[in-house]
Amino acid sequence: MRMRNIIYFIKEAMKSLRRNTLLTFATISTASICILILGIAVLITMNASQFMNKLESDVEIIAYMEKDTSGTQIASIKDSIKNIAGVKEVKFVSCEEALENLQESLGKDKYDLKETLEKNPLPDSYQIKTVNPHDVPEIAKRIELLANVKAVTYGKGIVERLFEVTKWVRLVSIFLIGLLAFGAIFLIATTIRLAIYARRKEIYLMKLIGATDGFIRWPFFIEGIILGSFGAAISIVVLALGYQSLIVRMDSLFFLPLITGQDALLVLYISLLITGMFLGVLGTLISINRFLDV
Amino acid sequence: MLVQFYNVSKIYPNGVKALDDISLKIDRGEFLFLMGPSGAGKSTLIKMLFREEKPTRGQIFIASRSVVRMKRSEIPSLRRSMGIVFQDFKLLESKTVSENVAFAMEVVGARNHEIKNRVPEVINMVGLKGKEDAFPGQLSGGEQQRVGIARAIANQPLILIADEPTGNLDIDTSNEIMDLLYSINRKGTTIIMATHAREIVKAAHKRVIMLEKGRIITDDSSGDYAL
Repeated sequence: MRMRNIIYFIKEAMKSLRRNTLLTFATISTASICILILGIAVLITMNASQFMNKLESDVEIIAYMEKDTSGTQIASIKDSIKNIAGVKEVKFVSCEEALENLQESLGKDKYDLKETLEKNPLPDSYQIKTVNPHDVPEIAKRIELLANVKAVTYGKGIVERLFEVTKWVRLVSIFLIGLLAFGAIFLIATTIRLAIYARRKEIYLMKLIGATDGFIRWPFFIEGIILGSFGAAISIVVLALGYQSLIVRMDSLFFLPLITGQDALLVLYISLLITGMFLGVLGTLISINRFLDV
Repeated sequence: MLVQFYNVSKIYPNGVKALDDISLKIDRGEFLFLMGPSGAGKSTLIKMLFREEKPTRGQIFIASRSVVRMKRSEIPSLRRSMGIVFQDFKLLESKTVSENVAFAMEVVGARNHEIKNRVPEVINMVGLKGKEDAFPGQLSGGEQQRVGIARAIANQPLILIADEPTGNLDIDTSNEIMDLLYSINRKGTTIIMATHAREIVKAAHKRVIMLEKGRIITDDSSGDYAL
């Protein structure tokens, strides 16, 4: 492509944007609203997903030892557990620690458990975390088979239900984001089609004079890119300000862990900007071809 | 031969037969009137010249190139060898006279200095000197058509195609436009003009092709056809 053509295309695109103020405004608002909604959906999904990851990673297995297991046996059980594929972390909790934990959870000052019970009834135990929380039921079964392991608990039933819920939350949010992106493409395509429709006489004339399709298309592509990225920029500013103030408020109010990592947010904002440009180009592509068929 | 039609027929998808077995030849430098009642096929014939329509049957050659077999990517170069003048002028309202003429050169990729030289030249040629910066809305119908003609000849076409160029103009203005077209023709440009204006055709003594129901009923090189 020749340089003077590129300059001509950009000039034409800018002229057209200025001339059709109302349509320019309409397209930019459509694009920014679509991308804002898309961005909100992605942010919610990101946060929900982080929350679910945290919930899932809290799932652990507790393996209780037989009461009369010796110190060396306990140590060898630890090795056996570590050898099971998928085990991330094994932590020993002695019967004394377990009692202290229980004491703490019942309230320190009300009772003195040690005094009341005289003899510690609690067994030694291991707390086990897995690499993938979804492997918990399977690994729990294998630990149960080891010698000197009396019982294994991992919140059976609740864990399975939690995983079922998180699976569906993820699927539905991906589906919703896809749907929103699809809607955004068509909304933007329609507004760009209106802009092209307003200039159909000019396009017809250009075709009859002998302009090539590419020559006619390029200014519209540039227009689409400008409209899309401008709309995206507005929505990113709104989203960033809104989310920042949400972080500040939520911090003092809730336990809900919001994503605050600037890297993750920056990636999101840049992706939204690229999405905006992409939507602009795609919208133009969908709309322009039938006007070129002269 | 500049233009050759061989047994050209056009049947539109809705079943209307617009052209029925048309054969004709047009020489370089000719001035040709296309006449006939509305719906006789004049517009279809004209649209085939710059391939806005393709014939259902038959062959068309322009400057020895087949317009029918032409690829889509070759159409722009065909159209650059032609200038088209419309009944409703088709000027861009948001552009001045100069810009309308320059537009025709810009879209075919002419260089800036070429545009700068050529635009005043053609505006002068069609008698619109001093109106360069006026917008179409500020001009009379005759003046607007002059802009249309200036735009059509800006790229120095081989053929000028005029579809009822005087259809929206009064008699005096029509005659002025015709004088302009004759002078362009005298400089060597072939002109094909569709019209309803019998007085103009009668006075011109140029070749006339009469169409009726998609067929050529007379092809008279002297213009003394029976009205």
